[in-house]
Amino acid sequence: MTAPAIELKDISKAFGPVQANKDINIRVMPGTIHGIIGENGAGKSTLMSILYGFYKADAGEIWISGKKVEIPDSQAAIAAGIGMVFQHFKLVETFTVLENIVLGAEDSGLLRPSLARARRELKALADEYELNVEPDALVQDIGVGMQQRVEILKALYRKADILILDEPTGVLTPAEADHLFRILENLRREGKTIILITHKLREIMEITDTVSVMRRGQMTATVKTAETSPQELAELMVGRKVLLQVDKKPSAPGAVILDVQNLNVTDAKGVHRLKGVSFQVRAGEILGIAGVAGNGQSELLEVLGGYEKARGIIFMNGEPIDLTGTKSDGQSRRARGIAHVPEDRQREGLIMDYAAWENTAFGYHHDAKYRSGPFMNNAAILKDTEEKMARFDVRPPDPKLAAKNFSGGNQQKIVLAREIERNPDLLLIGQPTRGVDIGAIEFIHQQIVALRDQGKAILLVSVELEEILSLSDRIAVMFDGHIMGLGPAESANQIGLGCLMAGMGGDDTRSMTGWDISDAAKIEAGTPSLADIEKNLAHAGTAEKV
Amino acid sequence: MDVIPKWADVVLIPVISLLLAAILSALVILAIGENPWEALKLMVDGAVGSTYGWGYTLYYATNFIFTGLAVAIAFHAKMFNIGGEGQAVLGGLGVALLCLYIPWPHWSLALLGATAGAALFGAGWAVIPAYLQAKRGSHIVITTIMFNFIAAALLNYLLVGALKPAGSMEPSTGKFPAPTHLPSFQDMFSTADTVMFRGAPANVTFFVAIAACVAVWALIWRTRLGYELRAFGHSESAAKYAGISPTKIIMISMTISGALAGMMAINNVMGEAERLVLNAVEGAGFIGIAVALMGRSHPFGVFLSAILFGFLYQGGAELALWTSIPRELIVVIQALVILFTGALDNMVRMPLEKFFLARRRAAKPKTKLTPAE
Repeated sequence: MTAPAIELKDISKAFGPVQANKDINIRVMPGTIHGIIGENGAGKSTLMSILYGFYKADAGEIWISGKKVEIPDSQAAIAAGIGMVFQHFKLVETFTVLENIVLGAEDSGLLRPSLARARRELKALADEYELNVEPDALVQDIGVGMQQRVEILKALYRKADILILDEPTGVLTPAEADHLFRILENLRREGKTIILITHKLREIMEITDTVSVMRRGQMTATVKTAETSPQELAELMVGRKVLLQVDKKPSAPGAVILDVQNLNVTDAKGVHRLKGVSFQVRAGEILGIAGVAGNGQSELLEVLGGYEKARGIIFMNGEPIDLTGTKSDGQSRRARGIAHVPEDRQREGLIMDYAAWENTAFGYHHDAKYRSGPFMNNAAILKDTEEKMARFDVRPPDPKLAAKNFSGGNQQKIVLAREIERNPDLLLIGQPTRGVDIGAIEFIHQQIVALRDQGKAILLVSVELEEILSLSDRIAVMFDGHIMGLGPAESANQIGLGCLMAGMGGDDTRSMTGWDISDAAKIEAGTPSLADIEKNLAHAGTAEKV
Repeated sequence: MDVIPKWADVVLIPVISLLLAAILSALVILAIGENPWEALKLMVDGAVGSTYGWGYTLYYATNFIFTGLAVAIAFHAKMFNIGGEGQAVLGGLGVALLCLYIPWPHWSLALLGATAGAALFGAGWAVIPAYLQAKRGSHIVITTIMFNFIAAALLNYLLVGALKPAGSMEPSTGKFPAPTHLPSFQDMFSTADTVMFRGAPANVTFFVAIAACVAVWALIWRTRLGYELRAFGHSESAAKYAGISPTKIIMISMTISGALAGMMAINNVMGEAERLVLNAVEGAGFIGIAVALMGRSHPFGVFLSAILFGFLYQGGAELALWTSIPRELIVVIQALVILFTGALDNMVRMPLEKFFLARRRAAKPKTKLTPAE
């Protein structure tokens, strides 16, 4: 019997009082793909950081191919044949692909021979695994999908036999993700061992041989993928049965609440971020904005939220709102009945060092009920926070705990409670469940639908296509600052949306009845080829790097 | 949950830092052939051994409270106001103008007027760098430093020109009229038979400084403005999301900061010198940075560390007077205190964090599992 490619024995790691990993045991056989799935905060990334030498385990052993090894730093990990592809790529943007691959692994003081050797090896690797890249392109000019392939090539160039991928599809379109999975299958066929960390059940089911489930720092189960089901894995992850479907009645749209006409945004660098965007949101409906991150959705939310200047016209309840002057700030927007759950709760939605109760008043601290003269009415805010925490099931229900000490899902609940209970006419909500565990996702989705059923207008921005599909009544797809298509959610399909997200039209979008497809997407005929999509994504990718 | 208990953060770390600074200072004193124990006794005796010593210690401390509060409040908005020195110089100018040219009937009214004038002048000097930062992106550290030099040059120009009484050989204003003289501690606390604080410069301004501490505390932690100011300091992006104007916060925080630095002048110019002289601030603006750092930008912490620095100033002066330890060594000791309490904070903090972690784990072997990534 062959030794496992990698074996972890009783790994434990604590950060302060927080036990991030506890007695973790994993065996991964060579030539297999092993999935590690778990909620945010389950300890997956900590475990992989231990394996890659970023953290030192408090206890436990690491065995590679039957030999016990010490991994004090990433150099040792590379020497042991471990390669890592991070969620956020570690590439030098102004270097070429080739230079990035060689960086840190040069043969000698002179660069030229190393680059020549790398170019030869790259060719071989590309042919073998479908890992095509443009060696001489600058990293900042290539798309996210290719950047990820550069990361994989970096690992392979360093002779990695074990490849760890941390949430690799987070930034990819469905087509790109499929391409990645083909690469992974090729790698498996050649005997490489792959560890795939993800929170997406679909990916686990699609590609892994075995899967481990982590929950609250512990390994709750390791099973053969073929012998399990998504429902079972989801249950192991959260420890109880969860609904993956959102229960919602058909929408009953009322009057137009938000009317956006020909909205344009040019950022500080002179890049045109929004190019003539127009749409409406009615009372009692959810308009979902789909798209790969960085195609103008963030700017749209910022304009509506009041902290980005724009040209164009926006009517709120039939009255125009100020897009450039003194009334174009968050306070004025809130006064007009717009509440905003921002995309990035840690940078925008919350002050991480503020206690939960201080965050509950954030943005609304001038409200009559929260103030007394020039002072804050701390007692009132505290009481209000306690009630909100109870209603939104925030755990722990401690208003005096700093926001940074709550998990992602509970942080999001604090923001949601604040914005939803303001009873706004329009709720802007960006990435409502990013970094949120499954149990909380369900709750958050229910809250959004409940608000819709109260007759409020909701503008939902998400890069998770499944979330868009399950929540929206109508869907708009954004690409490169344009709305590529807009139509009812019932007739949308994943592939058609994927094409629009990549800036294409095609047969799949034509089958979506009732959809208004933009001229930009209508130009080409037939289903786009992978290469076309990639070309467009490369374009989209450059817009993303801000 | 924070790793270090609050009491350790606010008490233990500064105390350990101080001890380290003291040990190193003792080694330096040993190296130049003096007895560190004798030196310490002299310092303690000179600074807090008599009401006279206290009178000086508290006088210096009053200066440092104002400049420390100035730095602290700007810190909360993530503004690094290095210009306390210049703002205090301008504050002195405001005090001098008000005291010289307005016929005050009583010192209490003069104190109110001079405080307003000092605050106004100090604030005015801080507003220009603040505006440049908010509207033009000029870095506040650079501009406030430069404004220190401009303030010094301006005062120099005025004290050898317009403000110098005719015929005087000295670069200073004339003496302020008697009704503007503030009651010193000697006036306030001496009884018929015992004279307290004889000749020491501590005066009623000390109580203004305490009031300022309370006011700053309420402003930072109780008002909506303080809430916005801290929010901006923690996260500018979140402040923008909430509709808090960065320009407004930068301008207001620097205005208050400058006003506090300027208010120092009622202590040194009006209370002590009773005229405006060159170099009246004597570096108190810079000491304020160390005071705010050591005081963790909390008004109460600023109060305590201002007293400590007052002690060092007065104790150091005594040391230079009675031993052959040169004046420069006092600067070395002060520098060591600043170095350990300010710059080397993490050196003490890290081992302490480890210590508390180990203790907590030993105390509770079954740690509650909290998810973390």
